[in-house]
Amino acid sequence: MSNQELILLVFTFVLAIFLGYELIKKVPSTLHTPLMSGANAISGITIVGAIVAAGATQDSTVSVIVGAFAVAFASINVVGGYMVTDRMLAMFKSKKKGGEQ
Amino acid sequence: MEMLIVLAYIVAAVMFIMGIKMLSSEATARRGNMLSAGGMTVAIVATLLNWAEISPTGYIVIAVAALIGGGIGAVAANRVQMTSMPEFVALFNGFGGIASLLVGCAEYWRQFIAIDNTLEGAALFIVSLAIYLAILIGGVTFTGSLIAYGKLSERIDGKPYLFKGQQFVNGAILLSIATCLVLFVLNPVAFGWVLIPALLLAFTLGVMGTIPIGGADMPVVIALLNSYSGLAACAAGFVIGNTVLIVSGSLVGASGLILTTIMCKAMNRSLANVLFSGFGSVDATAGGTSAAQGEAKALSPADAYFVLEAASNVVFVPGYGMAVAQAQHVVRELADILEANGCEVRYAIHPVAGRMPGHMNVLLAEADVPYEQLVEPGDVNPQMEMVDVAIVIGANDVVNPDARTNESSPIYGMPIIDVDKARTCFVLKRSMRSGFAGVENPLFFCENTRMIFGDAKATMQALVSQFKEG
Repeated sequence: MSNQELILLVFTFVLAIFLGYELIKKVPSTLHTPLMSGANAISGITIVGAIVAAGATQDSTVSVIVGAFAVAFASINVVGGYMVTDRMLAMFKSKKKGGEQ
Repeated sequence: MEMLIVLAYIVAAVMFIMGIKMLSSEATARRGNMLSAGGMTVAIVATLLNWAEISPTGYIVIAVAALIGGGIGAVAANRVQMTSMPEFVALFNGFGGIASLLVGCAEYWRQFIAIDNTLEGAALFIVSLAIYLAILIGGVTFTGSLIAYGKLSERIDGKPYLFKGQQFVNGAILLSIATCLVLFVLNPVAFGWVLIPALLLAFTLGVMGTIPIGGADMPVVIALLNSYSGLAACAAGFVIGNTVLIVSGSLVGASGLILTTIMCKAMNRSLANVLFSGFGSVDATAGGTSAAQGEAKALSPADAYFVLEAASNVVFVPGYGMAVAQAQHVVRELADILEANGCEVRYAIHPVAGRMPGHMNVLLAEADVPYEQLVEPGDVNPQMEMVDVAIVIGANDVVNPDARTNESSPIYGMPIIDVDKARTCFVLKRSMRSGFAGVENPLFFCENTRMIFGDAKATMQALVSQFKEG
């Protein structure tokens, strides 16, 4: 990683924080629980790092084993997080749009 | 190929952003979540396409680990009860944290021990700092979330745990963490061993940071831990120089931080006060006894029926007690009967009702309550004088008028739902015990308040059958 690339990463980080702030401010309090579990699922993105570590078997066995555990934990987070969020959001219904009303 | 992967990461980041944007409306929220899941799939597939870095054995390892983890996640997500959502989210936060911690450890081993490290200057500094932070934040998130899970699921005592010299111990931990940080960043190869004490210190800090916080403050803690899990992913992103990790980690970090701020505002307390005061412990309650004592007037469900039968405007105020009693379905049944009776029904939901932000909304949505009937305190308070009956179900501190009037109360200044201003107020409660924060509630002794003692679900069922007979 060169210094140039590094600056870009820091730049991305700062912009993303601001973007996140603007985006999430608009989510109504009614949807805060799904927002949280959805955000939780997104934090499972660390699975990308875990895959990189677990896949590089030519470098080191230690990092592969540790990486494999990271993949497992992150997968729990990703799969469980998205599924439970979907389960919750499926329950939020408007009266006009139907149901048995 | 490398270009293609970078492009895929950009697509994934855009899908996350659009997904969160769509969460701002109930109509698009579900599609938003699917879009976000799609973004995750794109990011994962793109990473797997990197044949140059991943060996065939590596693919097998990844597939096995992902299947095990994904299977556990899927089963858990299908089985969890909506009432237990707070502890579920807390636990999953912890898994995100430990995953980032492990990525930090694995990458340290790979980049510094297994192969000769080629980094230098600022890049070396940032990567070693990021490794340290991924381990630190990930570790704090992990044990902090486990404690939060224990408290929320009542596997451990929910009361704040305080002991003499706590500040001193915490100070010592923070100092040691800072020392390890400096040593590690100065020479990550020679001082690699400090990661072991750093890891243990991070675990300890997570425990020490969460045990002094009482159950009623848990919404704040979960939101904060949510934020940490994002920041840990972000740190892992700096370790491997991956933009999609940094972008999505920051989104989650910002999200948790905003929710934390909202929760604190809804309780009129600063974050520092929530984290360090041990609210609701012995010393906090001493100053809080209110002068407004008196006799609480009890009411039987049969008498309550006559009042409700004549009511034309009813507001339900649910709290954690409704969740515990699993009363949301029968509440909705009663609401349907009242509506058929020509009565306007709404549900006033306080931002900190329940054990996590938006918890009550999820439970009521589970019981098929239409989205439009869920209102915030600010919308219902100005019309409270017009409300015939306000029915408080297992809520306590969020309807305590002391927050408005009694300056010596520990919850003074917290925005509440003004049920004491309604024409009649029913309080469904098991007993006269004070709430989770341990604060007396003068609402129970108000002129227009009637207490209906007993299990919330049983009381609601009694009311429903009264209507059916009458």
